[in-house]
Amino acid sequence: MKKAVIATTSLAGCFGCHMSLLDIDAKILDLIELVEFDKSPINDLKTFTRECDIGLIEGGCCNSENVEVLKDFRKHCKILISVGECAIMGGLPALRNNIPVKECLEEAYLNGPSVAGNNEAGIIPNDDELPILLNKVYPCHDIVKIDYHLPGCPPRAGLIWEALYALLTNQKIDLPYELVKYD
Amino acid sequence: MNQIIKIEIDGQVCMGQKGQYLVDVARENGIYIPTLCNIIGMKPRGACRLCTVRVNGKLMTSCTTPISNGMQVETKSEELDNLRNGIIELMFAEGNHFCPACEKSGNCELQALAYRFRISVPRFPFQFPQRDIEAGHPLLIKDHNRCILCKRCIRAIKDESGKSIFAFTKRGPKVGISIDTTLSAKMDKTLAQKAVEICPVGAILPRAQAFRSPIGTRKYDKTPIGEEESSKKDPVAL
Ligand code: SF4
Ligand code: SF4
Repeated sequence: MKKAVIATTSLAGCFGCHMSLLDIDAKILDLIELVEFDKSPINDLKTFTRECDIGLIEGGCCNSENVEVLKDFRKHCKILISVGECAIMGGLPALRNNIPVKECLEEAYLNGPSVAGNNEAGIIPNDDELPILLNKVYPCHDIVKIDYHLPGCPPRAGLIWEALYALLTNQKIDLPYELVKYD
Repeated sequence: MNQIIKIEIDGQVCMGQKGQYLVDVARENGIYIPTLCNIIGMKPRGACRLCTVRVNGKLMTSCTTPISNGMQVETKSEELDNLRNGIIELMFAEGNHFCPACEKSGNCELQALAYRFRISVPRFPFQFPQRDIEAGHPLLIKDHNRCILCKRCIRAIKDESGKSIFAFTKRGPKVGISIDTTLSAKMDKTLAQKAVEICPVGAILPRAQAFRSPIGTRKYDKTPIGEEESSKKDPVAL
């Protein structure tokens, strides 16, 4: 059987969802029987080398780079899955959604307890190379079409495995109660 | 003398007493109808519409519908599930529900309903409304981000003279539920605790407590909401 090709990325996320994927323990051996990884932090491939069957998205979109990467994933993956609360609804980064960006930056670089008094020149990073922060953190499905959503912060390893296995073997999935959680 | 009334819920013959509400009769007969705003033993409000069922073919809220002889009730169908999920999803999209950062997570009725019905994402766009947190009360925190306007607190939490400690402020899309500052200053610990417990979500929290029980030990971690009601073996004998 030809192996399915998977790509993964972490946008405005903490890598917790990737950790949870690795947390499937010995099943990782079953997984690599079924799939090959393309662009992913797991193998450190920075660009797509081919068209992929499944793209796993961790994190929502908080800056211009996130949007670009997400659109690139949509272009290269047949199926896109939002993995975790940040991809699904912005998650903890979206706690800033009601605070003006200027105030967030000032708190992070000028006034916050860990920086106050240590940034005498009052510099807020603003290099052309840096992605631009968006006004809000956006759920992935606000930017591109997302085919499936796996909730959790992070999603339970079992949920990621069950969902991937069902998808890869073309089976219907009946999610056990314990696996669908938002925290 | 109590008058016994026979009705049929999902094809099952159920008995109740004249004047009883449908949602209570269903529960007493081991059939769970999801609710959020309802408080067992108190006058119903019909605010959340979650308990909507078909009664003799018509959509009605079962918490406000008294039973009558021969009533035919349908509580489960693709259409009803879809309506019910839609209401739950609206609540998530309408407020700011960051469950991973919410002390009520695992014990929250709104979240538990979403778990029970395996909702992975609302069909509506998240609104991220601008809402405040009232942190000026001695015993409680009122988080407007998570309030679903069910009015349970207004109905159940009163001072000794019967005055409601919680009340509506503003109208329309800006409507909120606030705590009366003068009355909250006089609230004792027992009443404050009752307010925390009566709120189905994390909109009323005790001050200075934060997270208390580890994941895996909370009310709805392993047991779906409504399980107690629907697993009753013997319908209540009347
Ligand atoms: S109130 Fe309930 S649904 Fe809302 S954030 Fe808290 S746990 Fe989640
Ligand atoms: S504070 Fe809680 S109990 Fe009161 S209306 Fe809001 S959600 Fe309901």
